[in-house]
Amino acid sequence: MSVITARPSRLSRFNVASLTLGLAFLYLPILILVIYSFNASRLVTVWGGWSLRWYHEFFNDRAMIDAAWMSLRVGATSATAATVLGTLAAVALSRGQGFRGRMLFSGMLYAPLVMPEVITGLSLLLLFVALEAERGFWTVTIAHTTLTMCFVAVVVQSRLVSLDRSLEEAAMDLGCDPLRAFVLVTLPLIAPAVVAGWMLAFTLSLDDLVIASFTTGPGSATLPIRIYSEVRLGVKPEINAICTLVIGLIAVVIVVASLASKLSSDRGESAAPL
Amino acid sequence: MSARRIFSRPARFGAIAPYVWMVLFFLVPFAFVAKISLSQTAIAQPPYTPVFSLAGGLSALSDALAGLSLDNFRLLLSDDLYLASYLRSVVVAATSTAILLLIGYPIAYGMARLPKRWQGVAMMLVIVPFWTSFLIRIYAWVNILQHDGLLNQILLALHLVSAPVVWLSTDSAMYVGIVYSYLPFMILPLFATLTKLEPALEEAAADLGASPRETFWLVTFPLSLPGVGAGSLLCFIPIVGEFVIPDLLAGSRSLMIGQTLWLEFFTNKDWPVASSIAVVLLAVLLIPLLLYDRLQRRQLEEGR
Repeated sequence: MSVITARPSRLSRFNVASLTLGLAFLYLPILILVIYSFNASRLVTVWGGWSLRWYHEFFNDRAMIDAAWMSLRVGATSATAATVLGTLAAVALSRGQGFRGRMLFSGMLYAPLVMPEVITGLSLLLLFVALEAERGFWTVTIAHTTLTMCFVAVVVQSRLVSLDRSLEEAAMDLGCDPLRAFVLVTLPLIAPAVVAGWMLAFTLSLDDLVIASFTTGPGSATLPIRIYSEVRLGVKPEINAICTLVIGLIAVVIVVASLASKLSSDRGESAAPL
Repeated sequence: MSARRIFSRPARFGAIAPYVWMVLFFLVPFAFVAKISLSQTAIAQPPYTPVFSLAGGLSALSDALAGLSLDNFRLLLSDDLYLASYLRSVVVAATSTAILLLIGYPIAYGMARLPKRWQGVAMMLVIVPFWTSFLIRIYAWVNILQHDGLLNQILLALHLVSAPVVWLSTDSAMYVGIVYSYLPFMILPLFATLTKLEPALEEAAADLGASPRETFWLVTFPLSLPGVGAGSLLCFIPIVGEFVIPDLLAGSRSLMIGQTLWLEFFTNKDWPVASSIAVVLLAVLLIPLLLYDRLQRRQLEEGR
């Protein structure tokens, strides 16, 4: 592996061009959205100078604030549950060799990553209706936990796979029972990946429109549901402001997560999601 | 050796909670979808006739079995609207995946050739938009593509067009949105396989007289095929069922199957038909899903 670092860079002009264009394509639309959220003009496309007017509008929009609050609560609750369940699942997959139903287990964990959201949403709703559960905060939270714990499992598992097992074995040779070895040795080593997993689960929950639309009840809309119903009616500058706030929040989350993964990469493999 | 075996027993024990959760909230719901897809539409709350309830015992079971109907599936076959929807979804997903591969490969290749310490930065830069809200990223494009949006303003200012072009509510807008949203899913698996390639192989090919082009097509590309497969499946499967992007960016003349399902469910309140659409969609995606599951398993558990 050290061969790679020793050699001079092999970048061609074509490589540089595709990297630059690719990153510009990924970032410019978001940048434009953020800039226009500070536009004083009511017309989204005419620049009327810098202003915080649309942020004012948002903070006076009761329904939007309620939806944002609902989304934050769902996000925090489901991310916490998903982190616990996803970490357990990752440990089981990478440390518990060959238990019965292992194939089914890993299949159930990988399938939701690509499963079209309309299917996941519809199937969960039918379950909740059959159970006669009242739809609202808890049904959305359960639905999001189900989806995001799979992402947590993948992130944590990729860290566990790269971990040196002799550390756990040493702890047990020195008299730790398996549970103590896990809590004292393994858990601190995978902690950055667990933190990154929580952050990923939180942002995915904050983002989800389709599954939340199916599983929520009347009167408890999440932020994406509100944004979506506004966007269908056309572009509104207030939406740009809300989107910028969400992007800001996610940016904070990313910084924390990347600090966490930096901590982990100091000890080896990075904990980057996917 | 023995220590590892001891450790695996509590690990198996720890699997119980997530296992039960996934069975309850991922597997069992599919049974309900299958069940409702066989029931008949009713104007009631919930809007379908009950198919089967345990309370009635065996006689109720036989009644229920007699009452099951394949009407919804017959409807899917008889009405061109549904077939057209499925077909359009698969065509859109296949086309988008091809475009994604064409755009994503050069980017991933460029990333893999960066000096080691820059690779992490580049990877972070590709991942960050994936963390940023999906809905917001689509909305950003509505901003740009609308009638008096930035794109038309630029084109008019440069005198490339004489009147604003209709971008929104077209297929091209939808493709832009899909490519934009799924690009990280294509780049990351490609990058993962490309960085693992032994550079000595490319050097050997060059030493043996292969031109850079030959080296790429005869050595690099064939070796990166697992990444191509993973990236393509990671994009293709969810795009087939995509709802938000076609709904906000494409026109309403022809719908993708995710939109049709949404329409049947939310607008027509026809839960049984929506369920049968989901069942058929799942059947369409079964083979790609199984392929993806195998790739994912191999990557996470054997590779590295």
